[in-house]
Amino acid sequence: MDAAIRIEGLVKRYGDLVAVDGLDLEVRRGECFGLLGPNGAGKTTTIEILEGLLAPTAGTVQVLGRQWDRDPQALRARIGVALQETKLFDRLTVEETLCLFRSFYSPGTALQVESLLDEMQLAEKRATWVMKLSGGQRQRLAVALGLIGDPEVLFLDEPTTGLDPQSRRALWDTIAALRARGKTVVLTTHYMDEAERLCDRVAIVDHGKAIALGTPAELIDQNGGQHLVEVSTEPGLPPEAFAGLSGMRAIRAKGDGFALSIDEPHVALPALVARLTEHGVRPTRLVSRTATLDDVFLALTGRTLRED
Amino acid sequence: MLGGPVGGPLLALSGARIKQFLREPGALFWTFGFPLLITVALGTAFRNQGPAKSHVAVIAGPGSGIAASALADDRGIEVAILDPDRAVRRLGTGEIVLVVVPPGSPGLPFVYRYDPSRPDAAAVRRLVDERLQRQAGRRDPLPTRDETAVARGARYVDWLVPGLLGMQLLNGAMWGAAFNIVNARQRKLLKRLAATPMRRSHYLLSFRVSGLLFVPIQVVVLFAFARLTFGVTIHGSAIATLGLALLGSWSFAGLGLLCASRAQNSETANGLINLITLPMMVLSGVFFSSSRFPHFLQPVIRLLPMSALNEALRNVVNDGASIFAQGYPIAVLAGWALVTSFVAVRIFRWT
Repeated sequence: MDAAIRIEGLVKRYGDLVAVDGLDLEVRRGECFGLLGPNGAGKTTTIEILEGLLAPTAGTVQVLGRQWDRDPQALRARIGVALQETKLFDRLTVEETLCLFRSFYSPGTALQVESLLDEMQLAEKRATWVMKLSGGQRQRLAVALGLIGDPEVLFLDEPTTGLDPQSRRALWDTIAALRARGKTVVLTTHYMDEAERLCDRVAIVDHGKAIALGTPAELIDQNGGQHLVEVSTEPGLPPEAFAGLSGMRAIRAKGDGFALSIDEPHVALPALVARLTEHGVRPTRLVSRTATLDDVFLALTGRTLRED
Repeated sequence: MLGGPVGGPLLALSGARIKQFLREPGALFWTFGFPLLITVALGTAFRNQGPAKSHVAVIAGPGSGIAASALADDRGIEVAILDPDRAVRRLGTGEIVLVVVPPGSPGLPFVYRYDPSRPDAAAVRRLVDERLQRQAGRRDPLPTRDETAVARGARYVDWLVPGLLGMQLLNGAMWGAAFNIVNARQRKLLKRLAATPMRRSHYLLSFRVSGLLFVPIQVVVLFAFARLTFGVTIHGSAIATLGLALLGSWSFAGLGLLCASRAQNSETANGLINLITLPMMVLSGVFFSSSRFPHFLQPVIRLLPMSALNEALRNVVNDGASIFAQGYPIAVLAGWALVTSFVAVRIFRWT
């Protein structure tokens, strides 16, 4: 299968700081690929190398079968970009900004401003100065500018960071629609729900390395399973107390209790309750939930994605 | 892959520049309004009020009244009879140019006390001496008659306005274009543009294209205003004046681009711009003639683009000289424009 992007042994150093530390990835055509990781994991550096804005220290990068050091102009015409928090021209209107960016692309391939305004729900704001847009509107404009050249690959760096929940959802719908149309989308995010919802495949990135790669479901399944039970007791119990619990795959400390990874809640839950009764303790907290990519990250690194 | 129809992106970028500029009231004021305010302020403060009177003191004592009345007849002299202490003090502070000490008894000399380093002192001394000698009976054997003519373009305001045009063009290139570019870099807008197939030269050229529109407006507004308020006229060719203004703005734009090529934030840009503009504002004869600086500095001063522009503009505007006689300043301006643009484009950073 033809790859949209191929990264081999990618390294980016800034002096002593290693931002990307030997990354190998392949993004397939038509998929939505997510780079998921905490702030400072090297996601933005990686995506900016893919966008041709940064030169790698070592390794090779192929975008649409080409390399950035050969004919970058032709490659730029085939990709679309939304940077993290781009500030645009404050005193141009939405429509003027779109027309300006459209002029950079070949008129034969560039999308019509009119249809893009409609698609991105910006038609009402067409005559509004960019400086007067809300965060969500500004981000939709940034994505629209990424799309105006009708790119084969769209790069979105933290597309929903800083947006309110409603704007995030609206943008998710837009990105999902792009994926449905068969566009290749590469996005970075530190929101696990965003990656789960939008991405066909996810690479979990930490300290400049990909520590896991797969579909969200695969990653969850490989790293503890679909279900989690969080339990705290009064008085507390040592972890050995849960040993051999039927259906339990792993256990780790969480808060003042434990999080148990389990396969089948209908088997594990009655066994757990029986075990608690056996030890004569009372549960102060007993929650069963679906595992997320955040749990995967925690299982892999011992840290949470968002460390405030 | 040439990216769009001929001139498409360049025209779109230039149009965007012009729109943004017109939507920014502050930029409009500093570009068009501010030089008019300076013209009014300085033109009024330094207007010609006829020849200024020289202040002369006569020391009180015998004969001081007769001497003072003889001097009072001269329209160029403002005379006062003072006691010695006060006269010396005022001579020291520069309020009076010359002190006349009449002799205590007949036959002894009149004493003139003055500071010879003051430029007007020698002339006032001659004037005072002549008045007193005539009063004492001297007669001039040669008949003479005065015919006066005010030289065109000789007032301060006539001299000032071309300099203000230079200042305005420099500020436009620095605070208008250079600051704008650094701001765009700081806001990652340059990076965003660099991720499109936009030709990078088009972005930089768009500042020049918008300049082609704004420079003529600046020239027309300033000279029309100066003409209405102070009767300042362009004695040479108006087209030559416009041509020099465009060339000047081109060489300032190169300097501006150089300032903007690397600076990562507006604070750095601010410092760089001041570093370049302030010395030129002082040295290049915007508000006062650069001939006041020592002789050995003159070749350096003449190499500055602002000096070259002011020199050529004043030759054309004040003296009615031909633009074809301005080879040296034009060469200086063109040299700066080419060298700065070339270097700036080479070292320019988009990210």
